[in-house]
Amino acid sequence: METLVYKRPESLLKDGHFTFCPGCGHGVVLRIIAELLDEFNLQKDTIAISSVGCSIFLEKFFNLDVAGASHGRSPCVATGVKRCKPDKFVFTYQGDGDAATIGFNETIHTACRGEHITTIMINNTNFGMTGGQASATTLVGQVTTTTPAGRKAELTGYPLHAAEIISKCDGTAYAARVAITSTKNIIQAKKAIKKAFEAQINGLGYGFVEVLAACPTNWHMTPVESVEHIDKVIETVHPLGVFKDITAQENK
Amino acid sequence: MAKVLVKGNEAIAQAAINAGCQCYFGYPITPQSEIGEYMGEHLPEMGRVFITAESELASINMVIGAGTTGTKAMTSSSSCGIALMQEALSAMCCAEVPGVIVSVMRGGPGLGNIAPAQGDYFQALKGGGNGDYKIIVLSPSTVQEAIDLTYRAFHIALKYRNPVMLLADGVLGQMMEPAEFGEYPYKDPDVTQWALDGANNRPARNIVSLHMPEGEMEMLTNRIFKKYEEVAKNETTYEDYLLSDAKLVLTAFGSVARVAKAAVKRARDKGMKVGLFRPVTLFPFPDKDLHDTAKKANMILDLELNKGQMLLDVRSAVFGACPVEFYGRPAGGLLTPDMIYNKIAELYAKLENTTKTEAGVR
Repeated sequence: METLVYKRPESLLKDGHFTFCPGCGHGVVLRIIAELLDEFNLQKDTIAISSVGCSIFLEKFFNLDVAGASHGRSPCVATGVKRCKPDKFVFTYQGDGDAATIGFNETIHTACRGEHITTIMINNTNFGMTGGQASATTLVGQVTTTTPAGRKAELTGYPLHAAEIISKCDGTAYAARVAITSTKNIIQAKKAIKKAFEAQINGLGYGFVEVLAACPTNWHMTPVESVEHIDKVIETVHPLGVFKDITAQENK
Repeated sequence: MAKVLVKGNEAIAQAAINAGCQCYFGYPITPQSEIGEYMGEHLPEMGRVFITAESELASINMVIGAGTTGTKAMTSSSSCGIALMQEALSAMCCAEVPGVIVSVMRGGPGLGNIAPAQGDYFQALKGGGNGDYKIIVLSPSTVQEAIDLTYRAFHIALKYRNPVMLLADGVLGQMMEPAEFGEYPYKDPDVTQWALDGANNRPARNIVSLHMPEGEMEMLTNRIFKKYEEVAKNETTYEDYLLSDAKLVLTAFGSVARVAKAAVKRARDKGMKVGLFRPVTLFPFPDKDLHDTAKKANMILDLELNKGQMLLDVRSAVFGACPVEFYGRPAGGLLTPDMIYNKIAELYAKLENTTKTEAGVR
């Protein structure tokens, strides 16, 4: 008896290969999304909205229709798509530079309008693609190319907590922060993204999942050190948790 | 259908509805807010989409989302609001996303004022967005033409998969005039060959504006510029008003052209051979026709409510065929029929003198 233990999701291109740096978190999250789209049988009914940064090349990995957006504007493009095609599944895939920095206004308003779309935001606390500059989520003390002596609160303030803020918007159905630092955490992350997808599928409102992910290249750490850094340091500033789940409130 | 008395902004909104515009995304700004108000009243009750976006950045990017699905969508704004849309307009041209943008110009630069002006010709035609691209720009000079060109804007946006701008100004937006809506006269192309609706029984598609492989952007840019040649061949439009024997040819677009017409009439009554060349499409600019007109004329007088913007395209088209003069007022200053007539009379007298002198030399 042979048992199939690994299957490439239909939602990934057969000849698509992730082009991320070693130890980067993007590939894991893209794989989770693809698996979930397969599980919900949505591959043929999905329009993915890419953004700017390492999150941009969705059409090179996903076997999905993809619309590109300018920096920070994916939620607006997604709004336009979803309002025209309300029976399609629409999600944005963004980084912290995109969704939490240049485009946070758009993210908040999309949440407040309760758009029936889902945002997956990879938070690696820096602008990865441009070489590791400080973003809105950068930790105080974090060394980046624009804060070589570490982020100083008295000069550039404090990190933005995206999932918590989005959870306060009335149109948000689900908001959570997850990590992908261990098998257990990856399973939790998949559960959270599934919940956010269900919020859209069931017409409940906006779903937002922030994923803490490693950026070993720009953090100047090994992949193993990066994962430890997330668990030991980043999670103390950007804590994991479900900040809003209107289905849980209904169940109470 | 009978004529109705209608305000320019509302005429544009109703024409968009008639054209099958399914979505309006906008952000309020004087002097075009009536467009959004009209859409807010009518679209939801028709089951269509109306969103007051968080900014002009958001509204034009929502238009992009709708456009990628092949759905007719529109936004409208004015001067500083249109400035915020430039990045998206460049992206739309690159990714070949259709959409209609109504620009009702006010005084600038900066926040400027809310008086009618034409200072955004460069903004519309020469772009504030990055890279080589062209948006198609239509310039109405009456409320009737605003309706007709709104219909045309929706059609050619889909036909060429390019953003189309209706460039009006505060005069046209705020004035009331009798006009007839009629019916949307175009048969629109099939969008199912390119629009995004899920990769069902076909390979996945993408509509994006980043192309990193070496040479890909160059090929794409050359291809869209081939398309612009087609646009120029098929769509170039201008109005010929008493040009056949005109020695002095006025050039003007939009609301200024209608004032210029009144001055031309008066000059004709006084025996002066004056005509008006009015570009209706600003891109594609009717440069060959203007050049041919200039070859037969003795002088061009370009009239604009700015410091001389279309002037550059006029000079480029005329290309030395005859002298080009400019008369304009920026940032809310208006040209009256008297002012234009006096300028005509002054220049015409000069022309007559020059012609006599030249005849004497011969």
